[in-house]
Amino acid sequence: MRLKPAEIAERVAQDIPDGAYVNLGIGMPTMVANYVSDDRQVIYQSENGILGVGPAPAPGEEDPDLINAGKQFVTLLPGGAYFDNAESFAMMRGGHLDLAVLGAFQVSEKGDLANWATNNDTYPPAVGGAMDLAVGAKQVFVIMSHTTKSGEPKILESCNYPLTGAAVVKRIYTDLAVLDVTDQGLRVRQLHGDNTFDEVQALTGATLLPALS
Amino acid sequence: MINKVWDSFESAVADVKDGDSVMIGGFGSSGFPLQLIEALRQHGARDLTVISNNAGVGDEGIASLLKDRLVRKIVCSFPRSAGSVWFERLYEEGAIELELVPQGTLAERIRAAGAGIGGFYTPTGYGTRLAEGKETKVINGRGYVLETALPADVALIKAQRADAWGNLIYNTAGRNFNPPMATAAALTVAEVERVDAVGDLDPECIVTPGIFVDRVVAQKEWRNDAA
Repeated sequence: MRLKPAEIAERVAQDIPDGAYVNLGIGMPTMVANYVSDDRQVIYQSENGILGVGPAPAPGEEDPDLINAGKQFVTLLPGGAYFDNAESFAMMRGGHLDLAVLGAFQVSEKGDLANWATNNDTYPPAVGGAMDLAVGAKQVFVIMSHTTKSGEPKILESCNYPLTGAAVVKRIYTDLAVLDVTDQGLRVRQLHGDNTFDEVQALTGATLLPALS
Repeated sequence: MINKVWDSFESAVADVKDGDSVMIGGFGSSGFPLQLIEALRQHGARDLTVISNNAGVGDEGIASLLKDRLVRKIVCSFPRSAGSVWFERLYEEGAIELELVPQGTLAERIRAAGAGIGGFYTPTGYGTRLAEGKETKVINGRGYVLETALPADVALIKAQRADAWGNLIYNTAGRNFNPPMATAAALTVAEVERVDAVGDLDPECIVTPGIFVDRVVAQKEWRNDAA
């Protein structure tokens, strides 16, 4: 069985610890905030210069300058702060963020991340803050579908798309399973539903290690 | 008497020259000096190098400079967004040069230029295509890329409030690239919503001290429709 995107986001949310400073990437990662349990206080950073990002404002209450990295209107929670981009990325690079949750095109068994460019050179590339987050956050979790729309594996021995960062991903959450990047290789942490190890292995382009009991 | 307040956006950008490098503050739809950009477009200086996080969307803001083919090169982190039609068209034509820089490296290169730093080693981009051809160094077991300072001839920035000494206060996340850019250009021009009397801005809240700002122009009307 395959989890829906919102269900993968919900699974990631379970692993975000109380008190963490977290950056959520654009798209599916942003959904994670919807599922973090109310008994945990998590402080979200937005790369354009916000710490303590709150939910979307009520219609008519938008501040035109107060947007997140995905250009959506947001609010600031009590206790939040604004800062400029140089300080925002010093915060990332300096290792002050506990966790970044990012989307990916491909992840390798060594934790290499490819999420900013494909091999299509006619299309202008865009990188944004992805490379800074990849090397800067203390931990990087990836949330993505296990395979491409045409069924090709996105988890590979090595990425064939241009890298965002080398050996930066700690854990991969997909619609089929949760995998840890370890010194021994990719280890299954959890199989969703009735998925079997062999089924997930068959859709993965790298050798998996079975879950530790 | 120091008075950095100028009467019009047009006069404040009138000495921008063909071939100048122009930093433009803003991120997405937030904190853009839209009226300064419009004055620059009407001024018509060509072969500009624009340094900004994005390459503009729709027909407004930075996109209007691209549409009028005033920009030879753009230095940015995220040129491609929904609606970045003019950048994509010029890129396809080969009519614009793109220097793609990771966002934090862009901000730090600008900061370095304003702080008198020639360059710095960053882990961002190490081992990737964006580090190709650049000097690298392993420091305490970690790989770094040498990135150099990025100064400009002109910075066009947006703040909320100013005084005649050029002190600036920003609005929420509209701060973004504006404060580092204010420090990094030979000529810094700030578009603001209002100008207060010297002494009326709380010194504890001033983000950009006036020493970094050369000219201040108040908006005719508040608008933010770059999105």
